Amino acid sequence: MQTKRTIFPNRVLPYFLLLPQLAVTLVFFIWPALQAVKSSFEREDPFGFRTTFIWLDNYTRLFAEAGYINSLSRTAVFAVLVTLLSMSLSLILAVAVNRVLRTNRIYTTLLVWPYAVAPVVVGILWWFIFNPTIGILPYMMRSVGIAWNPRVNGDHAMILVIVAASWKQISYNFLFFVAGLQSVPQSLTEAAAIDGAGPFKRFWTIVFPLLSPTTFFLLIVNINYAMFDTFGIIDATTSGGPNQATNVLVYKVYADGFLGLNIGSSAAQSVILMLIVIALTAIQFRFIERRVQY
Amino acid sequence: MVENRPWLAFFTHLVLIVGVVIVVFPVYLAFVASTHTGADFLRGLVPLLPGLHMIENYSKMLFDGISTAGAPPLWRMMLNSTAIAVIIAIGKIVISLLSAYAIVFFKFPFRLFAFWIIFITLMLPVEVRIIPTFAVVANLGLLNSYVGLTLPLIASATATFLFRQFFLTVPDELMEAARVDGAGPMKFFRDILLPLSRTNIAALFVILFIYGWVQYLWPLLVTTDSRYYTVVMGIKRLAATADAEPQWHLVMAAAVLAMLPPVLVVIFMQRLFVKGLVETEK
Repeated sequence: MQTKRTIFPNRVLPYFLLLPQLAVTLVFFIWPALQAVKSSFEREDPFGFRTTFIWLDNYTRLFAEAGYINSLSRTAVFAVLVTLLSMSLSLILAVAVNRVLRTNRIYTTLLVWPYAVAPVVVGILWWFIFNPTIGILPYMMRSVGIAWNPRVNGDHAMILVIVAASWKQISYNFLFFVAGLQSVPQSLTEAAAIDGAGPFKRFWTIVFPLLSPTTFFLLIVNINYAMFDTFGIIDATTSGGPNQATNVLVYKVYADGFLGLNIGSSAAQSVILMLIVIALTAIQFRFIERRVQY
Repeated sequence: MVENRPWLAFFTHLVLIVGVVIVVFPVYLAFVASTHTGADFLRGLVPLLPGLHMIENYSKMLFDGISTAGAPPLWRMMLNSTAIAVIIAIGKIVISLLSAYAIVFFKFPFRLFAFWIIFITLMLPVEVRIIPTFAVVANLGLLNSYVGLTLPLIASATATFLFRQFFLTVPDELMEAARVDGAGPMKFFRDILLPLSRTNIAALFVILFIYGWVQYLWPLLVTTDSRYYTVVMGIKRLAATADAEPQWHLVMAAAVLAMLPPVLVVIFMQRLFVKGLVETEK
């Protein structure tokens, strides 16, 4: 691990400096995570009097359960579509902003603020728009003959949460794409232009490949976002329904544990989620380490 | 630009304007809804132009709340949200500065171990380990308290890594010079390192303030006493009752109020916010 050439010789001071961070981390992070691992191997009786160690029973049960497989596939669909939708929209916007030199500050300001809107508020905004009785989108849909109702139709509910989650993430992706685009050397695109390449050809053959580190980074971040930070959106709009159609993994952990009081199963789900995040983080860090050496 | 193509310039602006409309539309609709009376929604469609009841609705939400939902007035929840966001931001920055300083500027046994303990926590969100974390907080008797609301959220490592990256770029000569001049480690930290990190701290503060403000699940679990409600979680309780009786105008007023402070922070601190965001993530 990197360090300074010269360092302070103190032996005790660094421990004091680390103490607050380590204390908070151990109490509220490491300990609960270990607890989750422990209770994922246990079964608690309904009244919480007795816990028995049952090895991998919670896990095997989980994967035998249709609800969990359903939740896994729903989460995959949700994460992939949110990532694709928000990344492609924000790439288009970032490329456009990069072309307008004088007005780009104004456009950027108008596009970045959804970052600061809480997911649950995003959920409420879109639930209002999609609301079957008073929402504006169902009204427009009805006029073309589609009976739009996310309360009973699982696909409609899925579209609702995908749209809401993507809307929120556009601003974040946009900022990173703009930053990425600005680091593409102007001389390259100019040379290509002299060689007669049009703007679209220049984008696909020069700019887009050079953006690939940013794109890859955003891919991981967005999958992460769609899987974990969208809890508020789901809770405010569909609460996992109708008929489990939007019951993504992170919502199921909460619903099974807090509403269903099935601690063992919920803990096993937590552990699986933790492994997923650790895998995603590991991929991201390998990639960042590589980037640093460029 | 490399060449001049009027149609492309036009198309570019068109794309951006459509983008801005998509981004602004839901909030515009919420604002419009918040300026009407509840009865205006009974016809089955939301009005598209602002009504005349803005001040009435907003002052009702700010000072009374919806009494049937059992929710306190919004000014109180907004105050809670502000307090929590500020405590989280400052708390994270302080413990991260200290631990990053220890990791970069000292050599000691278990340094790598400490680094890895902090590293593991990176990006493991509270949503994932929600039940055991809740159990810890409950056992410590911290439910319905500002400590319980903030401390578990302070425990994450992103800020530590940002400061570590930044400290590694500080030239060695600076510290050598400080040592030759007889400065101890804490003096070096206070008089040289902190002033150098000023912009990083400010940028991070903006991001962490928003992070604290938008928290939802954690406050929802930890608070049962309405004195500790934050506006973001309170709003969900309002929305739950809004479908039973048509109170969308009030819910939307609350939604607009709940997003106003963090959005203003982003708009006014845009330069710092962008700097902080791009640096924390990369």
